[in-house]
Amino acid sequence: MGSVTATVAPPTTSNVILWFRTFRAITGSGFRRYSTYRQASAAGVVTNLVFGFLRCYVLLAAAGAAGTVAGYDRGQLATFVWVSQGLLAVILLWGWTELADRIRTGDIAADLLRPVHPVTSHLAADLGRAGHAALVRLLPPVLVGPLFFEVHLPRRWSTVPLFGLSVVVAVVLCFGCRYLVNATAYWLHDVRGPVVLWAVASGVLAGLYFPLRFLPEWLQLVLWLGTPFPSLLQTPLDVLVERDSTATQIGLVALQVCWAASILGACRLVQRRAERRLVVQGG
Amino acid sequence: MSSDVIVADGLRKEFTVRVRTGRLRRQKRLVTAVDGIDLRVARGEMLGYIGPNGAGKSTTLKILTGVLMPSAGQVRVCGLRPVAQRTRLALSVGVVFGQRSQLWWDLPLRDSFDLLRHVYRVPAAAHASRLRRCRDLLDLDAFLDVPVRQLSLGQRMRGELTAALLHGPQVLFLDEPTIGLDVVSKQAVRGFLAELGRGGDTTLVLTTHDLADIERLCRRLVVIDHGRVVHDGSIAALHRRYGSRRLVVADLDAPPPVPPVVPGAALRRVEADGHRLVFALESAGVAEVVTALAGLGGLRDVSVVEPEIEDVVARLYGERRSVRPSRRC
Repeated sequence: MGSVTATVAPPTTSNVILWFRTFRAITGSGFRRYSTYRQASAAGVVTNLVFGFLRCYVLLAAAGAAGTVAGYDRGQLATFVWVSQGLLAVILLWGWTELADRIRTGDIAADLLRPVHPVTSHLAADLGRAGHAALVRLLPPVLVGPLFFEVHLPRRWSTVPLFGLSVVVAVVLCFGCRYLVNATAYWLHDVRGPVVLWAVASGVLAGLYFPLRFLPEWLQLVLWLGTPFPSLLQTPLDVLVERDSTATQIGLVALQVCWAASILGACRLVQRRAERRLVVQGG
Repeated sequence: MSSDVIVADGLRKEFTVRVRTGRLRRQKRLVTAVDGIDLRVARGEMLGYIGPNGAGKSTTLKILTGVLMPSAGQVRVCGLRPVAQRTRLALSVGVVFGQRSQLWWDLPLRDSFDLLRHVYRVPAAAHASRLRRCRDLLDLDAFLDVPVRQLSLGQRMRGELTAALLHGPQVLFLDEPTIGLDVVSKQAVRGFLAELGRGGDTTLVLTTHDLADIERLCRRLVVIDHGRVVHDGSIAALHRRYGSRRLVVADLDAPPPVPPVVPGAALRRVEADGHRLVFALESAGVAEVVTALAGLGGLRDVSVVEPEIEDVVARLYGERRSVRPSRRC
């Protein structure tokens, strides 16, 4: 092919800008890839709505006549449930085995032949997927919930941007956790065990099945500081329903950022280890 | 030499395989896939890299592209260490695996190509001119907007070739690019690669089981077996080594009374009740043999048959197999 590359590249464009362009392009492709499966998205939305009603009635029953439980009032509980039903698909706790499948089939070789680090390119694609999910999967429950239940709306202006940031960080963190679970395929080839373990642990400990504030305080502390799980879902929801003061909200999000950074670091470390011992399956 | 794009010395790759020896017991066994390969490939060279199944072809390619870490030996591709500098090397090499896809399953080719432009940071003008050329040579236009998952194998392979070339790589690695393709698609791929080789900028390393690919494209042939190089040279050299000869087939009006003697050629066979004589060329050229045969009188037709590379390679593989019946460590 022609060898025009060297002369055409504009010398003014810095490496950082080029890196962002690459990242943005991969993110865009992630968005487009997921937007092709419309029926799957519709089915997912219906499921989220059905379970939204179920969970909402259960939690409101727990609140009982007193109207509060674990520091949440009825409106906060309804918001908690309906937004969590939407966020579930955005952070994507379950159902991502793309990396493990690629390792198992040997298609991972194609990822390694790109000039972009595999963790970076999968993260970029996942952000695109999350962007698509935010439009298609998050909005319906958030719009449907308030039609049937009285919900809590943010009262402090700072809550909304904090919640936005918290969701983005949760997506990155959740991606990192899923990447680590999937990366066990480098060693195990079959990831069903780790995936089931992850599904159970994340469902219970991220605050999906019940708000973690139902637990004793010492246990909450252990979970928040010692595991990444509460930072996946409980933190953005607590920020949104204004369960705590602004200072605590900021503290929770900062903790989330720390978890996301360390998990991404772990992903890169694991990836490097894996590449040293990689066996590309299937000829 | 500085003009060598690929330099490999004493390349080895061992895999640990666990073999069941009892109900629960497993034994670790070391399998050597690549067993001391030395290779030098010059810029612009078109190299055919062949060997029987399991000989270590794909493993070598994966080591050269930085996907696999060699167990021992030195490698430099485009002056870079493949594993340690893999992401930099990726900008200079293109890879096509016939058996797996590098395209995005859910995206149309057009989107995949556009994404690759950003991933490899190719300037828009260079990208457009390369894509235009591939579209012309490989007839991509008819299926450019079809998602990859809906493409036929031949269409997908043409897409894969384009995808591997859009960043203008110095070296193109092709691992069985024509596997499973129909005749027309095979010809399209071969024609395209021949055209690419004519430019002289792109180094091409091709593994295949279809020796017609090699004959059509490669002047140099490296044959490996059991992870070792067993032949490195031209196809002609391989024929010489196994004494394969071009044949001159002469059809005569009537069988000659005595078998004719042609200097520099040996009479191999007499067929069709003596009407057809088959000579194997030794020192003589085709012209000399034809002149000598014309002197006999009654020459009706002459044809020249090239030696079959498949026969030679089959003999080469067979020979190796009888030397080392199994691979065990």
